[in-house]
Amino acid sequence: MNKKQKNMLYCIIVAILCIIGLELLPIGGTIKFVLYMVPYFIVGYDILKKAIKGIMNKQVFDENFLMAVATVGAIALGEYSEGVAVMLFYQIGELFQSYAVGKSRRNISDLMDIRPDFANIEVDGELEQVDPDEIEIGSIIVVQPGEKVPIDGIIVEGNTTLNTSALTGESLPREAKVNDEVISGCINMTGLLKIKTTKEFGESTVSKILDMVENASSKKSKSENFISRFARFYTPAVCYGALVLALLPPLVRMLFMGLDPMWNDWIFRALTFLVISCPCALVISIPLGFFAGIGGASRAGVLVKGSNYLETLASTKYVVFDKTGTMTQGVFEVSGVHHNTMDRDELLEYAALAESYSTHPISKSLQKAYGKPILKNRVGDVEEISGNGVIAKVDDKVVAAGNAKLMERLNVKYDECHEVGTIVHIAIDNQYEGHILISDVMKPHAKEAIQALKNIGIKKTVMLTGDMNTVAKKVANDLKIDEVYSELLPGDKVTKVEELLSKKDEKEKLAFVGDGINDAPVLSRADIGIAMGAMGSDAAIEAADIVLMDDDPLKISKAIKIAKKCMKIVYENIYFAIGIKILCLILGAIGIANMWLAIFADVGVMVIAVLNAIRTLYVKNL
Amino acid sequence: MKKTYKIDVDCANCANKMEEAAKKTAGVKDAVVNFMTLKMTVEFEDGAEPKDVMQDVLKNCKIVEDDCEIFL
Repeated sequence: MNKKQKNMLYCIIVAILCIIGLELLPIGGTIKFVLYMVPYFIVGYDILKKAIKGIMNKQVFDENFLMAVATVGAIALGEYSEGVAVMLFYQIGELFQSYAVGKSRRNISDLMDIRPDFANIEVDGELEQVDPDEIEIGSIIVVQPGEKVPIDGIIVEGNTTLNTSALTGESLPREAKVNDEVISGCINMTGLLKIKTTKEFGESTVSKILDMVENASSKKSKSENFISRFARFYTPAVCYGALVLALLPPLVRMLFMGLDPMWNDWIFRALTFLVISCPCALVISIPLGFFAGIGGASRAGVLVKGSNYLETLASTKYVVFDKTGTMTQGVFEVSGVHHNTMDRDELLEYAALAESYSTHPISKSLQKAYGKPILKNRVGDVEEISGNGVIAKVDDKVVAAGNAKLMERLNVKYDECHEVGTIVHIAIDNQYEGHILISDVMKPHAKEAIQALKNIGIKKTVMLTGDMNTVAKKVANDLKIDEVYSELLPGDKVTKVEELLSKKDEKEKLAFVGDGINDAPVLSRADIGIAMGAMGSDAAIEAADIVLMDDDPLKISKAIKIAKKCMKIVYENIYFAIGIKILCLILGAIGIANMWLAIFADVGVMVIAVLNAIRTLYVKNL
Repeated sequence: MKKTYKIDVDCANCANKMEEAAKKTAGVKDAVVNFMTLKMTVEFEDGAEPKDVMQDVLKNCKIVEDDCEIFL
C-alpha cells in the first residue's frame, strides 16, 4: 500500500468508529446533523474538494460530482447515516480497487521484468559491474552462474546450461558451449561464461522484447476504444437521466394526476441512479484484461505487440504458413550427390563455393557437406537470381547452381531427380554436371500443431513455399495441410495471400506464420503476422505482430487460445458490467434499488470485473 | 518526435480523460495514455518544443482531473 492508500485506510477506520458511536447515542435534531458531519467530512473531504474543483474547471460530470451530489442530497433529505455510509462504502471500494489494480499491475510487470541490471567486465583481473548501456560491441563480458545474460553475443570461453524460460516459456534448459550464440535475457545456470558482445544493449533481444511488451498495451483494441467512447456518452446521459427522474414524475403526478408529488422519494431515486452510474468498472477492466493477456502470453513465450492483435488473433480462421523454418527446421542436409562425369567431391566443392556468399540455409548445408574451409577469393561475379539460384565465377569457370528454373533459363538440359527433396542442379560453363539432393527436417511438433489448429476451429490451413512442388506436396501430405502453393517467388507469396484475403469473409481473419527475410512483406500484408522468433530474422520480427520466441509451431494454436480466452473474459466483463448497471438503473428508477445496491453496482461490479480480468494471466493449461 | 512520460493517476476513466486533454493541447500530434503501465506517450508536432508543450499538457490534464501527475 502506498502513502495515499494508507491515509485513506486510517480515515475509513476513524469514520467507521465515529458512525458506530453515533448510532449508539440517543440524539436527534441539529446535534445529530452536526455530529454526523464529522465522519462525513473525514471520509469524504477529498471527494467534495475534487467535485468543487471539477465544477470550477467546467468538468462537471465525473464520479466525484456524482458521489457528492448523491450524499449531499441524502443528507439534505435527513438520511444522515445513509449519506455518510454511501460515502464511506464508496471510499472503501475505491481503496480496494486502487489496491487491486496496483497489485495486479505489479504482478504483471514482475512477470515481464527480464531487464538485466548490470554487466560484468573484467578490469585488471577483477570483476566490475557496469551499466549494460555502456558496453560497446565486441567487448568481453563475464556472466556468472545465476546471472542474466545482459547483452547478445557469442561465447568465447566456458560451457553452461541456459534457462531460457523467461524468453521462450520453454522450461527445458539449453546447453551452450564456445562459439554458440547466446541471446540476452537467458539465465546462466551452471558455468562461468565469457561472452563477446555482438550488439549494443539497446539493440539486444532483451531490450527489444521489453520495448515491445511495454508499448503493446498502447496499441488499443477495438473493444478498448469502444469503451472509451461509451464512457464519454454514458456519464452525461445518466446525469440528465437522473435530472429527468427527479423532476418529471413528481411534476406529472402533481399537475396531471392530482397526486402528492412525493419529491423526496423521486429525488432519492435520482440520487441512487447517480451512484449506480459510475463507468469505472467498465473502463478499468477492459485494458486490464488485455494487459494481463499480453503478460500471460509473454510468459508462455508468445510476444504480442498490441491488444488489437490479440483481438484479431482471436477471430483467426485461416492460417497460412511458410514452409522452411516454420514447419520444417530449416536445417538442410545433403542427402545425395548425383553426379555425371565429374567427381562427387569436386561437384560438391563447386556448388559450395558458388553458394558461399548466400545466407540461405541451402548454402549452409552445402558448405557443411563440403566440410573444408571456403576460400572466398576463388569466387567472384556472384549473381543471385531470386527464386532460381546463383551464378558465380569459380576458378574462371562459370558455375550455375540452382533449381530447374535456373537450368531452363540458361537453356541447359538437366535430369529430373527421382527422390523428393530440394534439388540443386549444377551447370559448369553451361555444361550440366549433375545435381545435389538436399532435404529438410520436419519440426518435431509440426504435425500436432496443424491438428491443434484444426481442433480449435481453424477453417483452412495453407502452405506457401518457394520450394519445389514435389517437396511441398510431400510435406503438406505428411502434415495434413489443406492447401499448398509451391515454387513461389517472394512477390508471389504476397499475391497469394492477397488472393486468400479477398476470398474470405471480412470477419474471419487470416494469419501468416513465417520466419525468413523475404516473409516480411507477407507478414505485414496478412491480417496478422506471426514470426518465428529466436531463429527468425530481425526484419521478420519487426514486421510481425506476434512473435513466437521458441519457434515451436504448436505455439500458434496456444497463442490463438490465449487470445480467445482473453477476448472471452473481456466480453464477459463488458456484458457483465453494462448488464448489472442497466439492471440496477432500472431497479433504481422504479424505486426497488436502494443506496446499498447502488454501491454494489458501482464498486462491487468493478472489483468482480478486475478479479475476472486477472484470470487472463493464467494460460499454462491452455 | 515521440516521448514517453511516467504519470500517476488513480482511475482508468481519469486516464482516458488525460489522454483526451493531452490530444487537444496545441503542439501535440497524438497522445496515448496507458493506464496499466502508467505511461503517457506524446507525439509532438514538427517544430514544437516538448518542454513547453508538456507544461500545457500538464495544465490541461489538471483541469480535467485534478488528482493526476506527469513526471516531466
